[in-house]
Amino acid sequence: MKMEMMGGIKMVAFIKNIGFPRFMMSLLLVVILVTAIFVGIPIGMVMTDLIQRVGMYGIIVLAMVPSIQSGTGPNFAVTIGIVLGLLAATTAIEFELVGTTAFIFAILMALPLSVIVGILYGKLLNACKGAEMTIATYTGFSIVQLMCIGWIILPFTSDIMRWPIGRGLKTTFTLEETFKHVLDNFLKFNIGNVEIPTGLLLFFFLACFLVYSFTQSKMGTAIQLGGMNNKFAVASGVNIDRGRIIANVISTYLGAVGIIVYSQSFGFIQLYTAPLMMAFPAVAAVLIGGATASRAKVSHVIIGVILFQGVLTSSMPVLNEIIPFGSVAEISRMVIQNGIILYALTKVDGGH
Amino acid sequence: MLLQKWMEDIKMADITKDRKKRSLKSVLTKNVVTLIFIFLTVAGIALSNLPVFYLASEMLTRITRNTFLVLSLIIPITAGIGLNFGIIVGAMAGQIALIIALYFGWTGLGGLLLACVVATPIAIFFGYLTGVLFNNTKGQEMIAGLIVGFFANGIYQFLLLIVVGGIIPVKKVPMIKPDGVGLRNTIALDTNFGEVGLKYAFDDVFKVNLFHFMMIVGAVIIIYSLIRLIFRNKFQNVTNQKSKITYIIYTVLGAILIGFAYIILTASTGSFLFSGTDSSAIQSLNMLQTIQVPIFTLFLIFLIAVFNIVIMKTKLGQDFKSIGLSQHIARVSGINVDRTRIIAVIMSTVLAAWGQIIFLQNVGTMNTYGSHMQVGLFAVAAILIGGATVKNANIGHGILGIILFHAVFIVSPTAGKELFGDAQLGEFFRAFVVYGVIGVSLALHAWKNRKGLEDLGQ
Repeated sequence: MKMEMMGGIKMVAFIKNIGFPRFMMSLLLVVILVTAIFVGIPIGMVMTDLIQRVGMYGIIVLAMVPSIQSGTGPNFAVTIGIVLGLLAATTAIEFELVGTTAFIFAILMALPLSVIVGILYGKLLNACKGAEMTIATYTGFSIVQLMCIGWIILPFTSDIMRWPIGRGLKTTFTLEETFKHVLDNFLKFNIGNVEIPTGLLLFFFLACFLVYSFTQSKMGTAIQLGGMNNKFAVASGVNIDRGRIIANVISTYLGAVGIIVYSQSFGFIQLYTAPLMMAFPAVAAVLIGGATASRAKVSHVIIGVILFQGVLTSSMPVLNEIIPFGSVAEISRMVIQNGIILYALTKVDGGH
Repeated sequence: MLLQKWMEDIKMADITKDRKKRSLKSVLTKNVVTLIFIFLTVAGIALSNLPVFYLASEMLTRITRNTFLVLSLIIPITAGIGLNFGIIVGAMAGQIALIIALYFGWTGLGGLLLACVVATPIAIFFGYLTGVLFNNTKGQEMIAGLIVGFFANGIYQFLLLIVVGGIIPVKKVPMIKPDGVGLRNTIALDTNFGEVGLKYAFDDVFKVNLFHFMMIVGAVIIIYSLIRLIFRNKFQNVTNQKSKITYIIYTVLGAILIGFAYIILTASTGSFLFSGTDSSAIQSLNMLQTIQVPIFTLFLIFLIAVFNIVIMKTKLGQDFKSIGLSQHIARVSGINVDRTRIIAVIMSTVLAAWGQIIFLQNVGTMNTYGSHMQVGLFAVAAILIGGATVKNANIGHGILGIILFHAVFIVSPTAGKELFGDAQLGEFFRAFVVYGVIGVSLALHAWKNRKGLEDLGQ
């Protein structure tokens, strides 16, 4: 009896320690994988999918870390970075670059764009402290719509991207002839029937390492200090506003790199309104990994993206097997993703 | 004696004008969003070259369609919750009620009223849950309202795509998908088992010619103003007593309205007023004469407007206001803040449910999985364009906002085509403006708040 109670208390403490979302999603992932084995879904295929999608989505999720640490909350406007990344990628194609050159050019070109736009965006957030998340969401939305106009009127000439007749770029176009899978195919190997896209994973972990090193640096620590406790940071002479701007520049740039990596892995570039809702899964993923709206670590990104993408990729074949009608997988994605964000919002200290 | 009073009145008017002039800059910055939209509307109308008939009938439809939904935002703003993006949840309740109504074959005015009755408990339940959520996310209600819309949409889809037919057995009615599980993507409201359906069930109750309606409105304004002018002494204890000039202006405006309507109605080639104009202009005027106003729908909107005013005079309304000013002070003075906030959200959600029913009976087809998604966005954008802020909104803001918002909405594709040779550009532009308006308004508000706090600090 006593032992059981002890066990119960330990259990509660354990869940509290790793966080409710993380615990629930791990449980869900285990349940789904076990069901998958029973239903007879090839696990190798699911694992291949999962690993690729971790690499694909990882860097966009990583973009949440600097902004959360600086105190501006999850970067709901990561879509700004995403459209800049798309702009850099389309420019690379416009210059008729292919393969690794195109990829590297896109990543380098995204940097100055992100710095300029990120500074402006950071200044906006500094002007309206306290309502960052809502404002970020709508800023992100409006920038995506503004760039919709851009995709039509920008003077691109590449035949790969333009509509054969009419104006502007296609909504979706293939990267087959340009830089599809430049990372995925780098040192790719198989374990059994599981494919490991080495380059993609290396790139993701390199990005994680760079962000981690930054958070450990003097500037990174100062930014975290400013995000955690305004008064203490001011007392110790930290320039909070500057820190918030730098963090959002980094976050914007990670969003830009993230979409370039995503596109090369996906094999297509999607323009126009495709990036509109991309911030929300990324926010949900970092929260699942154990982050809150005011605290995040690189480890949260890795855990979160594995759990979230794991549940999404493995649940799709399983759910479709069990419930053959309707798009159950898509519905469960919506409920999980937004449920997790709502849960995190209830934990935000309004500061009132 | 009378003259002296007149002079005094004019002097007073001059003084207020002076005061206004001095704060011209503050007026401009306060209404920057509205002013930009007035500019966009005028420019858009000028560029698009749309026929007046199309513009007028389209505007009228959209105003009667959307006003109810927009007015459902006012109570939560007064109660300090901010812009309730969560009215999407109310719209879902309205749609569920409509689906129930169609399923059981309810038709006509009675059927639609019954749908409203069915929608109410559903909306109260949804509103309660949203309210509890808002109490747990104080300070972040707006983003929470946005996300709760997405979240609820997942559950809504689960309900209508899988539970209906999958778990609850249903009869094979046209709106159910051929395989018997889930609802179709679009559901027509106009035919229901071969009978007249729910389409226009409110709009068709009683219709009046637009210009007759304008004359009636003009007459009402004149009578009202004259009463206020003649029996001026009896109203002395009324707090919102305006100057005589205001009522005289009202009277003149009423007369102009009647005159304008009369001129349009009598427009014909024979009339001496139009002797110079060519016949195509007369023809378009004759088309204008056919526009009908759905009086019953307008009456519903009028009721909701009155409701919004009356509730603010009750104890509950005062509680809303004090919570809106300061939750802390409200709590100290014995108001149950959390409970009152939940009531505000419930009211907003119920109104949104009814608003969505009014909206859809006019549109005539329901996009089962999409009709509700834009409701929050458009309503919020409209009220902000009308000059509302996160903390302050009234019926005037709502109505002005709807007029400006939908004017831009109607003209922007054509304006885009005229300006850039591409209608798509206009559509992207208006989507940009919708999101941008919300972002800019919220940012301006937060910025002012912060500046105010800093000023206080100094």
